[in-house]
Formats: sequence, structure tokens, C-alpha cells
Amino acid sequence: MKRRWRADLRGVYIIWYRDVLRFWRDRPRIVAALAQPALFLFIFGSGLSASIGGAARGSFGGDYVRFLFPGVVTMAVLFTSIFSAMSIVWDREFGFLKEVLVAPVSRSAVAIGKALGGSTQAVLQGSVVLLMAPLVGVTLTPLLLVEVIPLMFLLAFALTSLGIAIASRMKSMEGFQVVMNFLMMPMFFLSGALFPLQGIPAWLQVLTRLDPASYGVDPIRRVMLAASGLPDEFARGIELLGRPLAMAEEIGILAVFAALMLGLAVRSFAAQE
Amino acid sequence: MNVIQVDRLVKRYGSFTAVDGVSFDVRPGEVFGFLGPNGAGKTTTISVLCTLLRPTEGRAIVNGFDVAHQSDEVRRSIGLIFQDPSLDIQLTAQENLDFHAFIYDLPARESRARQEELLRMVELWERRNDRVRTFSGGMKRRLEIARGLLHRPRVLFLDEPTLGLDPQTRRHIWQYILGLREKEGITLFLTTHYMDEAEYCDRIAIIDHGKIVALDTPARLKAGVGGDIITLRTTDNERAAAELQARFGLEAARQDGMVRLEVPRGDEFIPRLVQDLTSQIVAINMSRPTLDDVFLKLTGRAIREEEGSAKDTMRLGARMWGGRR
Repeated sequence: MKRRWRADLRGVYIIWYRDVLRFWRDRPRIVAALAQPALFLFIFGSGLSASIGGAARGSFGGDYVRFLFPGVVTMAVLFTSIFSAMSIVWDREFGFLKEVLVAPVSRSAVAIGKALGGSTQAVLQGSVVLLMAPLVGVTLTPLLLVEVIPLMFLLAFALTSLGIAIASRMKSMEGFQVVMNFLMMPMFFLSGALFPLQGIPAWLQVLTRLDPASYGVDPIRRVMLAASGLPDEFARGIELLGRPLAMAEEIGILAVFAALMLGLAVRSFAAQE
Repeated sequence: MNVIQVDRLVKRYGSFTAVDGVSFDVRPGEVFGFLGPNGAGKTTTISVLCTLLRPTEGRAIVNGFDVAHQSDEVRRSIGLIFQDPSLDIQLTAQENLDFHAFIYDLPARESRARQEELLRMVELWERRNDRVRTFSGGMKRRLEIARGLLHRPRVLFLDEPTLGLDPQTRRHIWQYILGLREKEGITLFLTTHYMDEAEYCDRIAIIDHGKIVALDTPARLKAGVGGDIITLRTTDNERAAAELQARFGLEAARQDGMVRLEVPRGDEFIPRLVQDLTSQIVAINMSRPTLDDVFLKLTGRAIREEEGSAKDTMRLGARMWGGRR
């Protein structure tokens, strides 16, 4: 029994380590992955900020770009999480998954290692985007990092686990486009990354509340706006059942979702033949 | 004790029976070949023995452990070379081995020494810090062999170890495989549909439609098909045929200006023939039944027809383009 535990811990570690090593190896990709957040931030953000006019600008605490910035960081986390989980399908197609599946470690250990590895990749990628903070007038303080990184990690862990649950059932990369169009993009648009989730049509409100990423974006934005000394009127908590949620409640919802997804990921991964 | 014991093994997928009551034993230190057309149940059987699939019925014991209930012990006892490459091409050769050593819980110092020994054996020591992406198909295979042996398995499973490799590389790979038995005293269990490779095996099981149709040494399997075929050309074929009938009691057929006859031991018969036949011999030729003939006789199909199946073509493609990721 003890040996089993030890073997599984080693398994979790080495699967995680491989993901981190591969991420680090592929430094050009880290830089390339900055392009999309930068486009959103500087072109979409600056353009929209200018065109929505003075009144609206005032209501964004002076600057839409600063409102958008936490959303763009979350975008990097969201996309990297799901992408890294999809690498299971690559590994299946290119055979490496077999090397892992016949190793003397349990499948749960492999799935957990993968969830941790993917989350680490996502947090690293998110942190690289975070480095753009000074360009949009957000000051990076050690305290901010201490608060933001665990939040990014929780969101990443939930999404990577969701991704693993899906990837375990996918036989080829062909399904990837479907995941991209029907999961990642809607999750991103509904998460509140691009616009505040207050004062929107009722049907949209329902959808945004169902999006787990919403409960990751809001706490990250609250922490960042607070650190920038900006008014936090657009990060006052997602309204649910007629009242805004406290940050701890949002984190709680995200944590429950993460736990459920991890359970699902472990189950789906163990069930594959 | 036999290193692999398979007893009435069945694997079903829904209503399809991939492996249908297969039983066989593999002795320690032997090279055991599993032969059959695609879809015959070879890979499914290997997957069950490697704990990748659970048997539907029956039992399989590897190195004394039950594949269904003691999968971790079985996994530590075996090494695997898969049909398709299973290396992480983004990592270096050494990193791939490190990953394997770690996940099989080898002590670091032992692993270092063992890695060097194996990488030197497969002639990849100089390339250990290169990424696998830059390796040729043959080099990847060699690295996989080294990796499969790293944790000192009792049995090495090789599923079509040379599929898609050029003849020279195939010979090279076989040199390592056969060298292993001497150096490591390991049992080898392999599937192939290259008949010339099957000749290297101590014993062969031929599987078709999920059942074992024959199991014996290559020599005895071939002997079971019939004798050696001798064809000779003489100055007077008609007279020679009559003489063969009268003197040796052999039924000789005449075709295409040749006399054709079948004898159990052609190598021993030819000297007698040359000495005793009074008809003038111009040319003489002998051919022995090949495993192809065995296969044809047992399954009613030539194994080569199976070679160009769509799935293999895809596999070959994937292997050739394996560098793309």
C-alpha cells in the first residue's frame, strides 16, 4: 500500500515535470501566445476605449483598457489550460500516452499530474501576460502577485481538469475545432473578461452566471483594480440570487467546480482503453 | 515455471470477439513469435498481456502475476516496444529515458549506469542530448528498445518492431533484439507479419480470427506443410520421370520443361538422386516450404496480401510524418 502511494506520487510529479519541461522548451510559443492578448488589449481595448466616449469612459474608472487587462490575463489562462489538456489527444495520436498508460502508476495519478502540469503551464503563460501590466498603468506589487497567482491557478486547475475530461473521450484532433468553437470561445466571451456582467440582457445574464470562468475573472479583476487604486464599481461581485457575491463566495464556487471537474477528469481518464 | 501462461483467454468488444479462447505458454529465455494477419487478434492479445486491456474471460499470468489483478507487478516485469513510436519527440533521448526511469522508480545511480550501457548498445550514446525530433525512424526504434530494457524486465514485448523500416534498418534492429537474449537472458514476445523475421523465433503461434491455429518451431511448422520441392531439368524428361517412379517410387510431375517432385528431406535426397539417376541431369533446384506456405495452408490467405492494408498505410504515413507535431 505504501509503495503504491509512493509510486503514484512519483507519477504525479514526473507527469507534471514533463509538462513544465515541454513548456519551457517551447519558448517561441510562449512569446507567440502573447500576440492574441496584446491584440485584444492594445487594439481592441484602445479602440473601444476611444469610441465609447467620455461618459462611458468615466464609468470604467477612467480607462477601459485597465478594466480589460485582468480579462486578457484570464484569457491566456483559459486558452492555455484547455490547450494543454488537449495535448493528451496528441500524446494518444503520437503514441507517448501508451508509455504512460503501461507504467506502474495509477491512471488517477497520471490524470492529476496532467491537471497540475496544465495548470502550471497556464499560470506561467498568464504571468507572462501579467508582465504587460506597467504598459496599461497597473502596478505590479509583490502583494498583487501573491493574490493573483493562486487565483489564476485555481481557475487554470478547474479548466485543465475540464479539458482532460473532454480529451480523454476524444479519439482524434478533429474534435478540437468543436471544443474551440463551442466551449473555449463561449466561455471566454461569457466570462466578463471583455465587458462588465452588470446591466446586460437577462438571457445573457443567465449564461454568464453558468460560465465557470466568470467566477475566476471577477476575483482576479477585483484584486487587480484594488491594487491599482482604481474604483471597483465594475468588480463588485457577480450578482447571484439578487445580491453581489463576496470574493470568498466566488472563489468557493470556483473551487467546488474545480473539485468536480478533477473528479470527472480522473474518471474519464481511467475509463479509456 | 513458464514466464507467460495464457489460459482460454477471451476478449470481446460488444458482440465482436477479438480473441477467442487462446491458450499458450512461453518459456523463459525463448523468442516467441505471434503471427497473423491484421485484425487476427495479435495486438489485442499483447494489450491484454501488458495490462492495457482487461480480459473478458480466461486468465493470463506474466512472470507469475495475474494481468487482471496484479497489474502493477506485471507492469514492472515487462518492457514494451509498441507498433507506433511512443517517444516524446520534444525531449532529448536522455530525458525520455529519465522519464521512464523515474516512473519505474529506478534508483538514480543505477539508472545512470544502465542508461549509458543501453545507449551504447544501441549506438545512441553520442546522441543522448539531442532531441528525439531529429532522429530517424531506425534511431527512434533503437531508443525505444533501450527504454524498454531500462528497468530490467523479464519479458520484452515487441509489437511489429520493424514495421515501416527499410530492410537495412530492420536487419540492424534484429541484431540488437537477438543480441539481447544472450546479454540479458530476457524472454522476447513479438508480433510480426514479416515472414523472414518470424524465422528468428524459437517458436511461433499463428493466430487467425482470434484463435491459435498452429504453435510450433518454424522448422516443424514448415515440415507440416509438406516436403521440399525439387525441380530438375534433364536431357529427356519423360524418361527421367519414369525412372524416378520405378527406382525411387516417387510421383514426378512434368511441367514447363521441368520435372517436379516432392520429398520429405530434399537436402539428403539430392546426393542420392545425382548418384543413382541414369538420366542426364542438366540443372537441379530445391525449394523448401516457407512460413508463407504454412500461413497460406492454415489460413487460406497469403500474409503478404494483408501487408498493404489501409491501416498500415496510414501507420506508415504517421511514422514518416511523425516529426510533425
